[in-house]
Amino acid sequence: MTPARFAYLRPDTLGEALAVLAREGEGATPLAGGQSLMPMMAMRMARPALLLDLNRVAGLDGIAVVEGALHIGAMARHATVLAHPLVAAHAPLLPLALREVAHPAIRNRGTLGGSLCLADPAAELPACMLALDATLVLANRAGERGVAAVDFFQGLYATARRADELLVRVEIPLSPGWSPWFAETARRHGDYALAGLAMMCRREAGRITALRIAFLGVEAAPRRLPEVEAAILDSADAAALLPRLLSPLHAEEAPAAWRLHLAQVLLRRAMIGEGRHAAA
Amino acid sequence: MLPLEEPLAEIACMVNGRPISGRVVLRQSLVEWLRAELGLTGSHVGCAHGVCGACHLRLDGVVVRGCLVLAVQADGADVETIEAASGPEVTALREAFVEHGALQCGFCTPGMILQAAELLLGGGPLSREAIREQLSGNYCRCTGYQPIIDAVQAAGAALQAQAGGAGGE
Ligand SMILES: Cc1cc2nc3c(=O)[nH]c(=O)nc-3n(C[C@H](O)[C@H](O)[C@H](O)COP(=O)(O)OP(=O)(O)OC[C@H]3O[C@@H](n4cnc5c(N)ncnc54)[C@H](O)[C@@H]3O)c2cc1C
Repeated sequence: MTPARFAYLRPDTLGEALAVLAREGEGATPLAGGQSLMPMMAMRMARPALLLDLNRVAGLDGIAVVEGALHIGAMARHATVLAHPLVAAHAPLLPLALREVAHPAIRNRGTLGGSLCLADPAAELPACMLALDATLVLANRAGERGVAAVDFFQGLYATARRADELLVRVEIPLSPGWSPWFAETARRHGDYALAGLAMMCRREAGRITALRIAFLGVEAAPRRLPEVEAAILDSADAAALLPRLLSPLHAEEAPAAWRLHLAQVLLRRAMIGEGRHAAA
Repeated sequence: MLPLEEPLAEIACMVNGRPISGRVVLRQSLVEWLRAELGLTGSHVGCAHGVCGACHLRLDGVVVRGCLVLAVQADGADVETIEAASGPEVTALREAFVEHGALQCGFCTPGMILQAAELLLGGGPLSREAIREQLSGNYCRCTGYQPIIDAVQAAGAALQAQAGGAGGE
């Protein structure tokens, strides 16, 4: 359980970190909370030549409202985001989902940026970014670019991040009048989900008039499902559409048919949950 | 003997209230360094890849997996292990663990105590559900968990009684 040998750099500024990436490209692996990378290194599934430790880079963990959007720095720890008043006020979907992410000691160390850049298909936060319509801001030495969450996640552990880029923050548009819904099924609390659903919706006079949904743990990467969203707006049985639209992952312990079933159950629960919410 | 090509680093940090400086093997985890170099064997190495919670320790005041932090990352930090963990919540937990039979082999106990202490310090609700959630990342292979939950609940009640008693004086 000892990782393979590596070189190690611990820059203090974003400029230094980006200079290392510009020089080393894929030879350098960013280290955020290490809660996924360290286990992969221990099992030698990852053998980074150079670890670029981001834990001392100043200014990467801020949480603030800037021009109509909630900004959360890539190095914000799960536990910090979970307990932050601005997040509770402006992106209450995140605390709902973060309660299901791993365990307290892992949340004390793991980061938002690490979870998004890893892009584990069963992770909660990537799906939340789609439901929240977030923009992921990547930086390299030349400057910054924003990538919409729908374009960032590209498959199993695959993202739009280029080798010379760091994720620096996410920007979540403020959405007054929208409310969150989140649920997942896992074997035990804190385990990765077998299937989960993140939803944001707006209701006017008790009717859902706008919504964004994304499943997690079901397909290789989270995506929006416009047909399903349209069916919900039409009060049609949206869950009935899922067998045709989804391509669920398959594994011995969680077969594709089972994940599809869970996705349907979760979607129906979301609809009932919304009904209850509206009545309350 | 370390092979010549083994990369090393110099670190300086506080461990259990004492300044420590020394050389670490770059790829060594914090818990391995504490055990092997400082003789602090209270934090245990179970799975060594972040699943079991036996290696829990405090890094700058929060509980983390000691196997998922590199020793070099403790440079400049404040590290506290079960050997030095003190305070009324830790005392209450130790007593309650003994009283309720919340351990058998004891391998998971240091990690359990630190993780439970964080819950008691937070002053949050002490339902069995909240305790289960708090300890969801700590494995025990002896007790079946129920006595551990009993013990944490009892420790919380004992602390509240103390606080109430102190307030009444
Ligand atoms: C027992 C256990 C249970 C867990 N359960 C869950 C769970 O239920 N749900 C869940 O979502 N997660 C779970 N996790 C993972 C945890 O949430 C991790 O913290 C998270 O996935 C990765 O975040 P990190 O900060 O630790 O990233 P790291 O492990 O440091 O990095 C992960 C990857 O992202 C890259 N990276 C990190 N930051 C950046 C950046 N700013 N820019 C570019 N690349 C970057 C790294 O190079 C690496 O490839 C679990 C972990 C463990 C050990």
